[in-house]
Amino acid sequence: MKPAAFEYVRPGSLNEALQALSRHAGNAKILAGGQSLVPMMNLRMLHPAVIIDINRVPGLDAIRTDGDALVVGALARHSTLRDSPIVAKHCPLMREAYRYVAHKPIRNRGTLGGNISHADPASEMPAVLVATDATIVVKSAKGERKIAAANFFIGLMQTALQTGEMVTEIRIPIAPANQGWAFEEAANRKGDFAMAAIGATLTLTGGVCSQAAVAVAGMSDRATRLSALEALLERKPLDDDLIMRAAVLAKSSVKPDSSYHADVDFKRDLAEALTERALKNARARCK
Amino acid sequence: MSAVKVNVRVNGTAYAREIEPRMLLCDFLREELELKGTHIGCEHGVCGVCTVLVDGESTRACLLFAVQADGAEVRTVESLAKDGQLSPLQQAFRENHGLQCGFCTPAMLMVATELLEHDPDPSLEDIREAVSSNLCRCTGYFNIVDAVRTAVAMIKEGKQ
Repeated sequence: MKPAAFEYVRPGSLNEALQALSRHAGNAKILAGGQSLVPMMNLRMLHPAVIIDINRVPGLDAIRTDGDALVVGALARHSTLRDSPIVAKHCPLMREAYRYVAHKPIRNRGTLGGNISHADPASEMPAVLVATDATIVVKSAKGERKIAAANFFIGLMQTALQTGEMVTEIRIPIAPANQGWAFEEAANRKGDFAMAAIGATLTLTGGVCSQAAVAVAGMSDRATRLSALEALLERKPLDDDLIMRAAVLAKSSVKPDSSYHADVDFKRDLAEALTERALKNARARCK
Repeated sequence: MSAVKVNVRVNGTAYAREIEPRMLLCDFLREELELKGTHIGCEHGVCGVCTVLVDGESTRACLLFAVQADGAEVRTVESLAKDGQLSPLQQAFRENHGLQCGFCTPAMLMVATELLEHDPDPSLEDIREAVSSNLCRCTGYFNIVDAVRTAVAMIKEGKQ
């Protein structure tokens, strides 16, 4: 199908974009990469009266470090992030997760800001941001808010963004050099949305787990942390037996929704298998 | 809704049109410019048959409004053959039976073009990854992958 008619606005600065968003409050959508928004418009699931195309807002695609944070502009493209040496160095979990994200034509256009604003529960990046305790910076004509990733994703394709707000930056704490990481996913085809995915970071101090973060995607209405599993790992020697117990705990603690390609029991099995793989790979990368 | 102006270079030719903002790039190419080589399938980014190159990067033409291509350089399958001569990629598709019904072929050629422009000697895995972005329901992909590998060899030979 074809999208419904709309008024097209192409701001040349962030301020202009925020003013337009304020002026058309509730009737406008921000167009970044368009890889989620335009399908929904073509399917007439969305018919915004106004489209604010931010693709020519200068500087909104920057990838940089700022103190102890990797800072990704909302308009940074998946292709750029996937190949970025700054991302590889400071958030290797994101780099690994990008192995599973979409296909090249989609990655060439799609943006991190757009991906998280869409908040598909089977998408990889929300799990990465939840696992790394990232902060989402959102702006409106009235000012700025900083929202923890765990509070940003509030439900199925729902975020904490309020009318008139847009994501401008994603701030990810720089990964310590001794931290291990892994991202494991099962999908029906390479590049498809995850049936289940596990992202993990681990820190070992003398063989004992001193930090663990494990996030799951593709299970329920949003990416979530498996906090009971993290508590099980922390302050214990990270041997194979502990990892197997953690994987069994993952199986029982996820709350999967049944989907066309994977029913609840299968998703629980996937959670177990992927958790084991992710924790073993992350452990092997700990320094 | 008011019309918007778009200036775009397609296959080396500059075009200026006034269009509705909601016009998708794939419809712009087919209906405004009458370049029917770019096909339209699912219209939500899944099947890949509308894939063209925008400023050298493979892009779903069903997920880009034509107005967004203002100032851009677009390449479609019509850009590949020169003076009635098939490009090495097209020739390789023909020789390897890399198409049956032909519906996915223009987009397969464009993603393969992007791949070979970035890496003239891609691995088998890279080729599979590139063509997996597009759905083909005839060939089972094997002959498409063979075609790309043949094109790699043809281009190498041509340069020697």
